[in-house]
Order: sequence, then C-alpha cells, then structure tokens
Amino acid sequence: MKPLETIEVLQTTFFSQRMPAPIRLRELIRTIRTARTQAEEREMIQKECAAIRSSFREEDNTYRCRNVAKLLYMHMLGYPAHFGQLECLKLIASQKFTDKRIGYLGAMLLLDERQDVHLLMTNCIKNDLNHSTQYVQGLALCTLGCMGSSEMCRDLAGEVEKLLKTSNSYLRKKAALCAVHVIRKVPELMEMFLPATKNLLNEKNHGVLHTSVVLLTEMCERSPDMLAHFRKLVPQLVRILKNLIMSGYSPEHDVSGISDPFLQVRILRLLRILGRNDDDSSEAMNDILAQVATNTETSKNVGNAILYETVLTIMDIKSESGLRVLAINILGRFLLNNDKNIRYVALTSLLKTVQTDHNAVQRHRSTIVDCLKDLDVSIKRRAMELSFALVNGNNVRGMMKELLYFLDSCEPEFKADCASGIFLAAEKYAPSKRWHIDTIMRVLTTAGSYVRDDAVPNLIQLITNSVEMHAYTVQRLYKAILGDYSQQPLVQVASWCIGEYGDLLVSGQCEEEEPIQVTEDEVLDILESILISNMSASVTRGYALTAIMKLSTRFTCTVNRIKKVVSIYGSSIDVELQQRAVEYNALFKKYDHMRPALLERMPVMEKVTTNGPAEIVQTNGETETSVLETKPPPSGLQPANQANDLLDLLGESDITPVIPTAPTIKPASAGGELLDLLGDLNLTGSPVSAPAPQIAQPPFLLDGLTSQPLFNDIAAGIPSITAYNKNGLKIDFTFERSNTNPSVTVITIQASNSTELDMTDFVFQAAVPKTFQLQLLSPSSSVIPAFNSGTITQVIKVLNPQKSCTWSLVLKASMPRSPFGFAGKEHWYRKLDGKEEENGLSPGQFVAAVMGTVYVVPLVMLVFCPLEQLGFVVCLW
Amino acid sequence: MTYCPGPSALPAAACWDLAAPQIHFILLFSRQGKLRLQKWYTTLPDKEKKKIIREIVQIILSRNQKTSSFVDWKDLKLVYKRYASLYFCCAIEDQDNELLTLEVVHRYVELLDRYFGNVCELDIIFNFEKAYFILDEFIIGGEVQETSKKTAVKAIEDSDMLQETVEEYMNKPAF
Repeated sequence: MKPLETIEVLQTTFFSQRMPAPIRLRELIRTIRTARTQAEEREMIQKECAAIRSSFREEDNTYRCRNVAKLLYMHMLGYPAHFGQLECLKLIASQKFTDKRIGYLGAMLLLDERQDVHLLMTNCIKNDLNHSTQYVQGLALCTLGCMGSSEMCRDLAGEVEKLLKTSNSYLRKKAALCAVHVIRKVPELMEMFLPATKNLLNEKNHGVLHTSVVLLTEMCERSPDMLAHFRKLVPQLVRILKNLIMSGYSPEHDVSGISDPFLQVRILRLLRILGRNDDDSSEAMNDILAQVATNTETSKNVGNAILYETVLTIMDIKSESGLRVLAINILGRFLLNNDKNIRYVALTSLLKTVQTDHNAVQRHRSTIVDCLKDLDVSIKRRAMELSFALVNGNNVRGMMKELLYFLDSCEPEFKADCASGIFLAAEKYAPSKRWHIDTIMRVLTTAGSYVRDDAVPNLIQLITNSVEMHAYTVQRLYKAILGDYSQQPLVQVASWCIGEYGDLLVSGQCEEEEPIQVTEDEVLDILESILISNMSASVTRGYALTAIMKLSTRFTCTVNRIKKVVSIYGSSIDVELQQRAVEYNALFKKYDHMRPALLERMPVMEKVTTNGPAEIVQTNGETETSVLETKPPPSGLQPANQANDLLDLLGESDITPVIPTAPTIKPASAGGELLDLLGDLNLTGSPVSAPAPQIAQPPFLLDGLTSQPLFNDIAAGIPSITAYNKNGLKIDFTFERSNTNPSVTVITIQASNSTELDMTDFVFQAAVPKTFQLQLLSPSSSVIPAFNSGTITQVIKVLNPQKSCTWSLVLKASMPRSPFGFAGKEHWYRKLDGKEEENGLSPGQFVAAVMGTVYVVPLVMLVFCPLEQLGFVVCLW
Repeated sequence: MTYCPGPSALPAAACWDLAAPQIHFILLFSRQGKLRLQKWYTTLPDKEKKKIIREIVQIILSRNQKTSSFVDWKDLKLVYKRYASLYFCCAIEDQDNELLTLEVVHRYVELLDRYFGNVCELDIIFNFEKAYFILDEFIIGGEVQETSKKTAVKAIEDSDMLQETVEEYMNKPAF
C-alpha cells in the first residue's frame, strides 16, 4: 500500500469509529430543561459530560467550541466543568474568532489565578493584544482586565500601556480599565502608566473619558504622590462636568434627561479625592458642586444618584459652610422621599456625616427615629445605627424609649446589635444610676438570649460599683426571674446578684421601691429551679451554683440545705459544675474556717474607658493594670482596706538578687504561701474581701479553658506551674515564701525556648496595685537560647503588707516580635475590631477577649494573654 | 489538572480588600432561584462562590417586593432589581453609589433588550454566552467601560459578524 493510501484508510476507519456530531448547545439546553427531577437532570448531564470528555480526548477541533459552550452551561447549573480548562486554552490559541470568543469566555468562567494553568494563557493573550482585529484585541484586554493574575499583569503591562496610547477608542477604554486592574494587582507598576495619562482627559469619547477617570481615581487613591500630581487636573474635570450639565440633549448618553450620569458620578468621585484636605482644589470645585446640587433634576432615580454623589463630595472636601448646609438639606429631603432606596441612601450618608455635622443631623432626629418603624430591614438597620449616633445627654431618655421599643419589636437579627448599642449609650449618657440599671434590666428582659455574652460581666460590674443600688437591683432581678428563668443572660446576672446580695434581698432593705417579703428558702428555691431547669445553659448553672454557695455565708438558717445542694452536684454529668461542686464541698468540709472570707462580697471594680482599639493596643500596659486593679468600695464594707501603707522596697535589699539556676521547688509547707499570696486571710469573723466570685466565675465564662482544680492542692501551697507554653516559649513559675519576711512571696520565673532560633530582648515586666510592692530582680540573661539549650531565670518578689486581701497583680512579659509570632495575636485583633469593645474593656470582657490560656491555681488566677507587643500579660487575682 | 477549590479557603470577607473593584460580582437568577449568569471580578474558590450564590439568592428571594433594593451583606452591599422573572444583583463596596449601581443594572438590561429585542428570560437561558458577551462589552473588571448604549451594542454586533458568516451558520454551526 502506498503511504498516502494508508493515511486515507486510517482516516476512513477513524471517522467511521467516531461518534456522530455532538448535539448542539441549544438542543442540549432544551433537553435539560425537559428534566422533571433533579436526578433526571443529573443523569442527562452525566451522559453529555461523558460524550464531551471523549470528544476532548479525541482532540476534535471541529466541535471543541460547541463542547466547551455546553460545558459552560452545565457549569452554570452547578456541575463540575474543570476538565474543560485546557480546552479553553486550545480554543484561545485557535485562529477562528468564534473559538477565541468562547475560549476566552470559558477561561474567565473556569480559570482563575489559583490554578497554574492560567499562566499558559499569557502568551496567547500577548499575541492577541497585538492582533490586527480590534475585536480580538478587545477579547484579550477584557480577559486580562477581569482575571489577570499578578504574574500575568507583570508580563503584559507593557502591551496594555501601548494600547492605552492608541487612537482607537474601542481599545483605549478597555486598556484603561486593564491598567486599573494591573495597578490593583501590582501597585508598583503604577508609574508605568503615568505618561499615558497625560492626554486622557482631552478625549471626546465618553467611554475613554469614563475609564480614564476610573484610572486616575485608582492612581490617586493608591499613592499620595499621584494625588498631588493630579490635583492640577481639577479645572479640567470641572470643565468636563460643566459641559455635561450645561450641554443640551445628546441622545447617545442621555438617561432620563440627564447627560451621562455614569461619567458625572465618576468625575464627582475623583473631585472628592482631589479636594479632600486641600483648600485650593476644594475652592476650585465649590461652584460646580453648588451648580450640580441645585440644577439636577431629581424626579428620577438617576438624578438622585448624582445628587447623592455630590452630597458625599461636598461633605468630604473642604467646602464652604453654605454648601454643607445645602448638602445636609438635600439629605433631609431624601429622608422624606417616598422611594425606599432614596431613604436608604439618606440614612447611609447621614451616618457618614454625623461625626462632623452632628447638630445638622440632629435636626432630622424625629424623621430618623420614624425610620425605625420601616418594614425594610436595610432601612431599619441604618436608622438604628444612626439613632445610636444621635443619642446624647439631652435626649437620652427619649431616644432610649424609642430604641427599647424597637428592641422589643425588631427582627431577631437586630437584637444583639441593638442591645449592645443600648448598653453603650446608657453607659455614656445615663442620667442616673437607677435609670441605668433599669434600662439594662429592660434590655435583658426584652432581648433575652440575644444579648451578647460580654453584657453579663459588664452589667455585673456596673451593679457591683453602684453600691447604693444593691438592694434595689437584687430585688428587681429577683422579681424578674421569679416567673421566667429562660432568658440566660438575665438569669446569670440575677443569680450573681442574688449570690452577692442575697442578705439584702431577704432583709428587705430596699429604699427605692416597696420592699418585698422573701424568705431564705424562697430564694434558694428559685436558684435550685435554675439548676434543675432544662432551659438553663451550663454557664448559667455555674452561676446559680456559685450563688448558692455564696449564700451560705449570707444566710443564717439554711446552711444545711446549701450543703446538701452542693454535695448533690458533686456527681453532676456537667464536668464544670461537678468540679465547682466538689471544690465547694471541700470548702465546707476541710476549710470551713476560710469560707466566710473566701465568699466575701466583691469589691468595687474600677472601669477604664478607652476610646478605641488602637489605644488599647498602644497603652496596653497601663490599661490592663488599671482594668484589673481593684479598689476598695466607698462603703465601709472593708475596714481593713484602709490600712495600706507600704513597706519600703529598699528595706528589702537583703533579698538574694538572682537565682541563677532554675529551682522548680515545690514549697513543702502547707497552705501558708497561699494565704500569704492573698494577703493574710485571717480567720476572724470580720468581713474581709476575697476574690472568691472571680475565682468562681471566670472558668465558667471561659468555658472550655484549662483550669486546674481549685482547692485540691490547697494543702500543698501553690504548686509551680507552667505559666505559658506556646510557640516554643515555655515559662514556668515557682512560688516560695521569703525566709526573711513571711509577707513576701517570691516568684521564680524560668523561661526556655524550644524553637530553632534564639529569642532576644526578652523582658519580663510586672505591675501591681499601689498597695503592693514589687521587686523585679535582674534576669539571668535577655537571650533565651534555642533548642532548650538554656534557660533564663528571674525572680520577682511581691510584698503585700496589707492585712486585707484584695489582691491583684499584673505581670507583663515583653518581648519583641519573635519570628514565629504569637498564636493568640489574631484573636486579639479580631476581637478589637468588633464594635463591642469600643468603649473599653471591663475585666470580664478583657479576660474573654484576649484570653490566651487561663490557669486557676488555688485562689490565684493567672491569665495569660498573648498581645501584640507585649508577648503576654499575666494577671493574678 | 490543577483544579482545586481548596477546603481551607479564606472566608469571603477576607478576600475583598486587596484589589477591590467597584462591582465584586454580578448574578442573574430567576424567581425560582435558578442561576442564569454569574460574573466574578474577585477571585474566590468555586466552593465559596457556590455558597455565596446560595446565600444571596435566598436572602433576596425572601425579601418583600416593597422593600428597598439594597441589602447589607458581609462587608459588601447587594444592589438588586427584579425585571419580570429575573433578578439582577450586584455586590458593591460599602462606599459605592447604590443608586448609580441601579442605573448600571438598568443599562445592562437595556443593552440586552436592544440586542435581543424585547428580551425575556428564555433569551438569556438559550443565549447565555451572548449575555456574557454583552456584559463584557459594558463592564470590565467591575468597572463600566462604555456609557453609550449605541457603541456597546454596535461592538457586539460587529463581533458577531466576525464570528460566523450566515453560510457557515447554516452548514456547520459552531454551537
């Protein structure tokens, strides 16, 4: 057989074996649409996919385009189509326009920068950018501008720049948007496009003008140098805008009587960026803005779109006061508009301006409050945010009434935000303590379980600090949960208060309200029902159990009942609850003499308000110190607290300076150190404040954190603990009592490093309340060698001369950012970004927000929190 | 094949900020929740896209007819409008002009209408690739490229002329 014949025969056999021509795209769509069930559809698709796959395998060029198009349809229906990725590339490389068109479309839909395959396109796109047909060039530009990865952008930026300078407006406008995409992906390529921007605004074609303005905006937003450079364009932009609004009807660009609103809005936005913080530019655009603001026809949406953009520009640049009034009035008019969309943007932009033009916005307060009743959730949300922004000392009562009403009636999705907002506003502007407590109680009863977790510790703190309101509060809370104890946050706060102030409740000392008659048993009844109830969360039960425990020192004739309850829960399935119960049981049995002191009433906590997350991070040290510092309450509850004169630290100079090697000695003597750490817990009946509530609560609040048994080790003193063990850094604490002075506690810190790099500049810092004295001896080194090949030791001596035991110590370790960073850092950031922390952190919040690890050692709680610059913070209560 | 959506994809919100186009994505879907067109101007894994589509379709379909056209969604804003049986939805940045986005949507509908002549959902189903071509002549990388209806439609028609001659279409249509 001659070679040619062979080929012919082969071809015939090949074609005879081939499947018939694949069905056409529209045919496939029609067939799929006849499917009555999902399963039927899936079956059809699978069959078709099999056919397409085999066609792809045969490298069939004729129908590749059709097959890919079908695949794209199936992709839209949600079926996998990734096996068409390479086929798209083949289509792009084809000479036929149809193939290219579908190929590029497929590439945009099926490929993106996360797949390396996309880089295979780069060369094809490059060729097509230089193609002789503008529509092929257009396809390449569009694809690059939609999905070009940074590698691609780097490779092709030169071609884009060339096309940006052509006279062909079809290519020029696409190239301008491609340049925008390139700059977004690879900002350092920006300067490359600078020469090409020179004549862009002289263009008459609106497409080119519009895209050029987009390009200039992008450059100005990304670089202050570009911004300064392009300020000179203001007069030209003003002229273009003026021509647009003055010129007569041009059918090509008209939208309901307005000439090219797209371009107008874009120019207004660029003017806003150019005029921001610049007097001259702002001055230059004042007139045109006034003109646009007054002349724009607003019967249609499109006019309002322009007006809206104008208002934003006026508010953002250094505009004249008259113009600002005009802008706010436009928004006021928007607020009264029948169109919900217009009302929505009015609220949105008022929200943006409320900081700078507070009084002007305040005038629209009643309209804004009315929007709370709107049916549209988007409008409601804006109205709610704006209402909170408008609350001040003068209107707080009225506004809160509206907002509480809103809280009651709004959709569940709003409740958490609304409750938090009310808490914040109430805290800032409360006219009286009683009003404040009433308001919060209203929120707890109406928003119920939607209230965020941090509200509970916050409220507890507020109540603790309002000493004169204790009796009133506990009575109100008791009444609130009498009928309904399903609202968890309410029940938690109520349990806590009943535990703390149960004696006031029973004695009926309330001055603010008609006192109620309650017996000790009734109080215990309700707490026990909370413990039993199916509706109670584990945390809530913890609160209830602790409350019952506390009542053992506040109630006189029901101690036996309390003992019984506590012992029952010693076998609870809930591990946390069981642990608590076992500990409390031990307290009854072994350490009954300490019980009154341990369960003493909480001292007043000082609250620090900070203005924002940034400040918290920056002033970390101070903030935490004061947040966690406790202060004696003004009432005479803690007579011992008054004596807080300190011994001079210098007097302690005979203390051994540094312990060079690390002794992990477990103190042999029993109990003594512990008592010592807490300041002397002398066991007289006199009221001494103790940190018992804090001990009891944080483990519940911080569910799931490691906690060591609370009282089990009491006899062994304070065991040495591993205070921090993360990212290769391990810090152990060893506690000891000083030989020379029993009220001095010596803490030896031993730090080791298991990473591959040495940690340098390791600094350990500590801070204590004023009533304490702290001596920080110099560390053995500031470098922790890698691979655990050595340790740093440092000794801290804490002197607590005071015989009362309000105890709080903040230790702080500072370390420059180590190469591995801290695992807890991200968490810290995220929490800070949240709105709820805006007004500072209360101790409870603080613990919840930045917790790294919480350790509970006998009567001392250590909290280790990885922080940005600090390494971590250690707090001891 | 290197297709891998990757299970550890970042949450959607984290992906926006680096290179933020004006419009992040455009979705067309029917009243029954069937997707008719999707155009993404931000890079996301397929799985994430599907999740977002499901979520958004559900949010928008559950909204009352009398409500506004805007919904806050994550860090973005959804601007949507219903035309007959089809919903057109754009996701835009928080600081973008919602009212103008409605105009963008409307312009796209006008372009479809001009191209197909009294466009209806079926036109878009059966000619979905054309709907994409029209969109690509109107918007690139999330930004409007052409503000003139005439120019945009002409570009599509001219491209169509290149695509296949009538003769080709009758004898051996590409698809």
